[in-house]
Amino acid sequence: MPEIIQKKLKVSALCELCHARKAVMKRPKNLMKLCKECFYNVFETEIHNTIVSNNLFSPGDKIAIGASGGKDSTVLASVLKTLNERYNYGLHLVLLSIDEGIVGYRDDSLATVKRNQKQYNMPLEIVSYKDLYNWSMDEIVSCAGIRSSCTYCGVLRRQALDRGAEKLGINHVVTGHNADDVAETVLMNILRGDINRLESSTRILTDSDNSPVKRSKPFKYTYQKEIVLYAHYKKLDYFSTECTYAPEAFRGTARELLKGLESIRPSCIMDIIYSGEHLSLAPKKKKQTVAYKNKKRIEQEINQDGSVKLDTKPKTNKCEKCGYLSSNKICKACVLLQGLELNRAKVSLDSNSAIDGAAKLSKTLEGLSF
Amino acid sequence: MAIKIKIEFLGGLDIISNSIREHKVTVPFEEGEATMKDLINWITKNIISDPKDIPVFIENETVRPGILVLINDTDWELEGMEDYVIEQGDVFTFTSTLHGG
Ligand code: SF4
Ligand SMILES: [Zn+2]
Ligand SMILES: [Zn+2]
Repeated sequence: MPEIIQKKLKVSALCELCHARKAVMKRPKNLMKLCKECFYNVFETEIHNTIVSNNLFSPGDKIAIGASGGKDSTVLASVLKTLNERYNYGLHLVLLSIDEGIVGYRDDSLATVKRNQKQYNMPLEIVSYKDLYNWSMDEIVSCAGIRSSCTYCGVLRRQALDRGAEKLGINHVVTGHNADDVAETVLMNILRGDINRLESSTRILTDSDNSPVKRSKPFKYTYQKEIVLYAHYKKLDYFSTECTYAPEAFRGTARELLKGLESIRPSCIMDIIYSGEHLSLAPKKKKQTVAYKNKKRIEQEINQDGSVKLDTKPKTNKCEKCGYLSSNKICKACVLLQGLELNRAKVSLDSNSAIDGAAKLSKTLEGLSF
Repeated sequence: MAIKIKIEFLGGLDIISNSIREHKVTVPFEEGEATMKDLINWITKNIISDPKDIPVFIENETVRPGILVLINDTDWELEGMEDYVIEQGDVFTFTSTLHGG
């Protein structure tokens, strides 16, 4: 229903696309002022164009949406559902969530995902760290301390998503990473001089040797501000509490720098992504060493991180412990877990109290030396 | 004399106001004179519960980049930002775009 009492609108307050309704937002990308309807339309169509021009999907594909209950993945689920129906992509969409086992944070956000499951009428699969690794994040933090929590969590999540997808017979996971995230990663990798990551960070679709599952970011060119606005105007149900173990505040981070730049010139986010995509990097130099085996000369390739390439087809390498694809004998997750097991043994000697949920325990435990 | 308005903190920003998302308040300003700048100032003094949370909301004397500001559901960038003149019944929405992926 149109509002009955309407203030007289100046022409300058009108939407620059339809020239009929009041503009409610200004696009950071091009400073265009749009009304709600035109904003929805432009927002969705741009994502559709990104999907089509990058050939992200084919008809019949089963796609898992990495769903955290947060704004990005909630909007992603909503928009993919809309586009799938509008343009007949023919996709089977599934929500895939990770339960890290963080009481007071992940249990609440999973409740949001469960509501999304009903709202969007999509199947939901939840994979938990506890089931996969026999460790919840709460237990890991109480054992290893809060400072390294995100390092553990990141390695475990990557594998958990793959395993969840495999379980569902899906080889493509889409994530809610947006233009701000991509620009931030580009900035960070430039500051660190990490050439390898710089190349992969701007890719919209990653197909890695170390993972049987493809990842893609349909929101690669979508601004965070627009995602939040879309969620707000559409009244989407999302969860916005910060993880108890999230690093303190946002001060001094690449994100902070980026947000400052954006407030001066909003297009800088796109510009940084563009720069990241177009940096021409010198071809990687592979060092060669010559080893002699049975007097037969074989050449070994040395990777940039110093490890030796064992096989020309790394896809056949599996972790000896868990069977997950890995370029090393033992995958990163198993290395981390091995370290933890050693600590758990000692902790249980020192303390009889059950390790459950409480991050406060970590304070006491951090005092102990392992 | 006094203006009745509503202030909302969304997207996780309610951490700066004792987890209260919606504040119906009367601010001691003269209608037609008070601007958004005055309101931001008033909020830091009267709503933010812990002074050390002020930098979560304010940077360089304005709302921090990364917080989306809506005035009556319209992007404040279309409403003159800090110079917007406050009216009776206005709704101000501050949403963090930084919290939770
Ligand atoms: S903030 Fe760190 S510990 Fe918490 S969910 Fe994210 S990666 Fe895991
Ligand atoms: Zn319009
Ligand atoms: Zn392993």
